[in-house]
Amino acid sequence: MKELSLHILDIVQNAISAEAKEVDIQVLEDERSNEMVIRVADDGRGMSPEVAQKALDPYHTSRTTRRVGMGLPLFRHTAEQAGGHLEIRSEVGKGTTVEARMVYDHVDRPELGDMAGVLSLVIGSNPQLRFRYHHRYNEKEYLLDTREVNEALEGTPISDPGILRYIREMIRENIRTITSTNK
Amino acid sequence: MTKIKSLADLKKIKGDLQSKISLREKSDTPEGRVLVKVAMATCGIASGSKEVMEYMIDELEKRSIDAIVTQTGCMGYCYAEPTIEVSLPGSEPVVYGYVDTKKADEIIEKYIRNQELVDGIIPVNYQTIEKDKEE
Repeated sequence: MKELSLHILDIVQNAISAEAKEVDIQVLEDERSNEMVIRVADDGRGMSPEVAQKALDPYHTSRTTRRVGMGLPLFRHTAEQAGGHLEIRSEVGKGTTVEARMVYDHVDRPELGDMAGVLSLVIGSNPQLRFRYHHRYNEKEYLLDTREVNEALEGTPISDPGILRYIREMIRENIRTITSTNK
Repeated sequence: MTKIKSLADLKKIKGDLQSKISLREKSDTPEGRVLVKVAMATCGIASGSKEVMEYMIDELEKRSIDAIVTQTGCMGYCYAEPTIEVSLPGSEPVVYGYVDTKKADEIIEKYIRNQELVDGIIPVNYQTIEKDKEE
């Protein structure tokens, strides 16, 4: 994966396959502690400790269309290459949290990439789910909750392509504001 | 485009879009709409399916084609990602492989608009990876 946002997109697909109703995505960038944390938490069906362990094995997958499952192993590889690690916390019936920690200024840490694009895609394709996005860059932060977006839209479908384009712009503008260093 | 920064801005813009949206909603008979599914599993994402999906959503709207673009999991054609499945009203779904934005443009103009088949179709009876050796 070229960008961290694509790993996030991939992990969110896992949450959706696990029948989550709510998905929390966190991107925490802290230059002082030189750490970047990405966390995707869902309230889907969860995994037993044995299955959670196997999820990091590329030759294990829950799907039947093919016999390999590379999503989590690839994300772990990216995290480890950037001086960090990946952890899965999961409980059957409660949900799963995937957390990747990386050294912020590590040369092999990929760019975060197009988070606004990724978020608008998953929101548009899964309008019935609640997504929360929390992005912190040093002391500045941005929070998005699709429940609030839906309230503001007053019944207009969040998945409408016209609306979705504006949601993407809104997210992009807010991320730009918190990550711009000159203000 | 006006700058949208808050939910209040979004609420405002929604009013301006309303006529277009209700038009789309009225035609909300799924049978009458084009359905595009973009394979969005690890294999697809790593090959650029995000760009393809964004292109499809934006271009179909710009070209005023009434379509639903959604995502699906891996269809088993990992070697041919990004793949998309296009269902025209009343026709069997067709799966296209190795789709980039150029191919996507061709699919919109030739297949979706004129029902003209485009190169790059993956036959439905084609074997997926190790389908016959299911565990």
